Amino acid sequence: MLSRTAANLYWLARYMERAENLARMLDVAERTSLMPGGALADGVSDSDYNEWHSVLTASGNATGFFASHDEPTREQVIHYLALDKSNPSSIRSCIETARNNARAVRTALTADLWESLNQTWLDLIATKREEFRRGELQTFLDWVKERTLLFSGGATSTLLRGEGYRFLRLGTFVERADSSARILDVKYHILLPDDQHVGGAVDYYQWTALLRSFSASRSFYHSYRSALTAGNIAEFMILSQEMPRSLTACLAETHGLLEHLADLHGRHLECHRLAGQLYSKLRYARIDDIFEQGLHEFLTGFIAQNTRVSDEIAVAYLS
Amino acid sequence: MDIRIDHKTTYGFDTASMHSIQTLRVTPQAFAGQRIGRWMVTGNGRRDLPEIEDAFGNVIHTLTTSEPHEGVTVMVSGVVSTIDTSGVVKGLTETMPAAVYLRDTNLTKPDDAIRDLAGTALKDPLETAHQLMSAVRTAVNYRTGATDIATSAIQALAAGEGVCQDHAHVMIACARVLGMPARYISGYLASADGGQVHEASHAWAELRVEGLGWVGFDAANNVCPTDCYVRVAHGLDYQGAAPVIGMRRGIGTDILTVNVEVAPVAQQDQALAGDLDKAYEE
Amino acid sequence: MGASPYQPINGCFDEMVGRDGAVRDAYQAVDRWLVETDPALLEQRRREAEVLFMRIGITFAVYGEGGDPERIIPFDIVPRVIDATEWERLARGLEQRVKALNLFLCDIYADREILRAGVIDEALVLRNPAYLPEMNGFRPSGGVFTHIAGIDMVRVGDDEFYVLEDNARTPSGVSYMLEDREMMMRLFPDLMAAHDIAPVEHYPSELLGTLRSVAPKTSDRDPTVVVLTPGIYNSAYYEHTYLADRMGVELVEGQDLFVEENRVYMRTTRGPERVDVIYKRIDDPFIDPLVFNPNSALGVPGLMTALRAGNVTLANAPGAGVADDKSVYVHVPDMIKFYLGEESILKNVPTYRCGEADDYKYVMDNLGELVVKEVRGSGGYGMLVGPHSTKTEQEEYAERIMATPDEFIAQPTLALSTSPTFVDSGVAPRHVDLRPFVLTGANGVSIVPGGLTRVALREGSLVVNSSQGGGTKDTWVLVPPTGGKEAASC
Repeated sequence: MLSRTAANLYWLARYMERAENLARMLDVAERTSLMPGGALADGVSDSDYNEWHSVLTASGNATGFFASHDEPTREQVIHYLALDKSNPSSIRSCIETARNNARAVRTALTADLWESLNQTWLDLIATKREEFRRGELQTFLDWVKERTLLFSGGATSTLLRGEGYRFLRLGTFVERADSSARILDVKYHILLPDDQHVGGAVDYYQWTALLRSFSASRSFYHSYRSALTAGNIAEFMILSQEMPRSLTACLAETHGLLEHLADLHGRHLECHRLAGQLYSKLRYARIDDIFEQGLHEFLTGFIAQNTRVSDEIAVAYLS
Repeated sequence: MDIRIDHKTTYGFDTASMHSIQTLRVTPQAFAGQRIGRWMVTGNGRRDLPEIEDAFGNVIHTLTTSEPHEGVTVMVSGVVSTIDTSGVVKGLTETMPAAVYLRDTNLTKPDDAIRDLAGTALKDPLETAHQLMSAVRTAVNYRTGATDIATSAIQALAAGEGVCQDHAHVMIACARVLGMPARYISGYLASADGGQVHEASHAWAELRVEGLGWVGFDAANNVCPTDCYVRVAHGLDYQGAAPVIGMRRGIGTDILTVNVEVAPVAQQDQALAGDLDKAYEE
Repeated sequence: MGASPYQPINGCFDEMVGRDGAVRDAYQAVDRWLVETDPALLEQRRREAEVLFMRIGITFAVYGEGGDPERIIPFDIVPRVIDATEWERLARGLEQRVKALNLFLCDIYADREILRAGVIDEALVLRNPAYLPEMNGFRPSGGVFTHIAGIDMVRVGDDEFYVLEDNARTPSGVSYMLEDREMMMRLFPDLMAAHDIAPVEHYPSELLGTLRSVAPKTSDRDPTVVVLTPGIYNSAYYEHTYLADRMGVELVEGQDLFVEENRVYMRTTRGPERVDVIYKRIDDPFIDPLVFNPNSALGVPGLMTALRAGNVTLANAPGAGVADDKSVYVHVPDMIKFYLGEESILKNVPTYRCGEADDYKYVMDNLGELVVKEVRGSGGYGMLVGPHSTKTEQEEYAERIMATPDEFIAQPTLALSTSPTFVDSGVAPRHVDLRPFVLTGANGVSIVPGGLTRVALREGSLVVNSSQGGGTKDTWVLVPPTGGKEAASC
């Protein structure tokens, strides 16, 4: 397969995943900001500020945002992350870039997949909206999640399990791992197990919101059947083999897909070694050790290593 | 005169490139005015660069690098023995029909100002050519930094200043207007006497003069090439005769460093020149 | 059944109804079909065809932002039929013509005998913008410069075909020829069964065979062929994907290729893969920024050197365009005589070159009767069709000719043949031309019977170009009624 084709598929999936993750993050921020002000220590305006600010940080959009804005108000942040054409990482731009990548490799996609993606784009530009009121944002975010899920579902159920499929899925999991780690990193302070108590109302709310941003509140209770504690939540989101957005689960997929490609081409390269190394480290890790090492340090290290995997994938296959 | 040339070109990339390619037109051909003593072309230390002849009869070496790299270095060195032929080029294998040298290119197409400068041909074509050379020298002042490699004859004449490349382009454009085939020459100039304008790497024009054949005209210095000139490559314009033209994959800017040393070989230096081969084998 | 309601245009040769008013042999079944089929059914089929073309995505313009116009070239459901004898003669003429064009190209880039002999003016070739000095001295693999040629022909009489224009660079439209045939098979299988139609479906495999046959000698493996496209914004992008797909080869862009040690490679997920033959759908000035347009991002730096080193074949070879220049066109019959010692089987349209004094005067005096074209123009743009123009248009055009006479040629307005065409008012005569595609490989010439028939859908229009409201038709070449079938039925 041409490297350009593989690159288009890889980035197509990364951008769709990025759009989905942004929608999740905005969803959580909106919910959190709806919390009664008295429930937060620092007062409404400040918490409001923190919440929207942290979405910008978690999605890697803070620098871009503050280059053209002063205050991270709800309206400004939502506009910047959802609709802003000038922000290459807004949901709108992600979907546009994804579609452009798809258009360049139409013959490598099924008609179903292309048509669904094209429809997503056409619907998006047809709305011509510039801002959201409270209720409207939710509808929009639900629509984004629905369309991105349709894309992954369409890919899984219609694509030939050839090279192209592997590169598409690689894009999904490399992006997801990055996004999950960033979300956790922004919120790592609420996961620090200073006191092993069952959290108060604020903790409870924050933890639930975090789980929700991983679409994981139900599955957490299903897996743990125990009280919500910071340690449990961190373990679940980082090390769980079952939770499809955990770092370990993402790396298991990345590693598996890369091994498949290595067998297919008969070439073992740096990206295979790095992905294998990172996966093993996660697989045999213990959450206590991670806390000992420092959660923030661990997550920062993970993000850097995951990026190196992505860079080496590019060197090996995409350029 | 025996002229020794050491020409080193380095491109430094500010970000590593995965692939780069350079076309090198740096190998002089023998003719009645020059013999090639020895000549060596190395790219990134390699001496076995693939070599072909282009459509104009120039020798082309190609340097390609397909692994991450942050620059390339091209070294050219050798000794050429020259005699003064008053610019007349005889004994060069001509592969291209003369009529081709009447074609316009982007860098040499004329406008009204060039047509005006060209004037009308005199009865004696050699005289016409000399008159053109003086006219170009007067119309375009020698000044570095006013133009670059993409400057066309039209732009250079309009600006009224430029370097040898621009003088050559304007001269060529004028000659073609008058129906005289003309071409761009890249080469070297070894100048012993001070005061004259020159660069070690040099460019001039050749015009096809009825009855004489190709004759060189260096409008930048308002002279016909002497035994101080080493003729390397020719083409319709700069792009077709440039010593090094390259491209690379990647972003960022390139820092170009060129170091050319051209000097007459004195008797006692002859032995030193003989060591050239060995030096570059390391 | 009553007489055919179809009325040819007076003074024009009609493909179906002869000058004597009788239906020509090749069209007997089509005529019956047109008479017997309910127009409503024809209309329904025409719509079906439109929907199918749209759905498959055979579009002319590419998707733009926010669902901009995405046009299909209109398809006419009435086939254009050519009988076996007519085609046999045409095919011989095409083969002869393209052979001469290739000999001409090899000659002018090497020994230039035809120029030395004074048959063609030296300046006309050597100073022609389409002549590439950079190809001087180049001897292409198999002696072929133009591997894929499209020859535009028109018919004015029973046995009178004229060549209007040669396309020696990157002729397009062959995907329409193939799709039109597929469409007819879906829509009118019975009508097709009633004829013995020479197949065209094997064109992609013929093309691949042609390209493989000219692989460079330095290639010791099974040659790798690719199609090089400028990308999705090119108006013929659909055709590029179609041909790559049908040949089973990669569709690459310039950025997918790179040159190392004067060899061409493509970047694949398995690592660099050597490329031997490039079916080039990029215009010459863009193929190598180190030699031609330095700002081109479509090409491959170093490609020309790899070509001259004999390590890759480009089809068509750079510089082939000089053979289809409108001012060189005039001399094609001379080329045929010079290289082959034969008389040209296909006729050239008499052409006046405005750069020459006598011709100039004639053209200026007769603008109302002539078709005037820009020498470097294409696509039917910028031409003056004398009989269909107003006085003002003629005067304006005259001024343009006056300013740069060299840039114009003129030809008599030909009475292009008409062919029955299904339009809003029913079946009516519309003017058509024909573009057969001629393939030349190391082992000679091959022509898939037929070609692309273009039809001027507007009543009275003589311009068939798709950019000017032209459509296409399936072109049927009937197989000679030889012993084959009869023997089988005995």
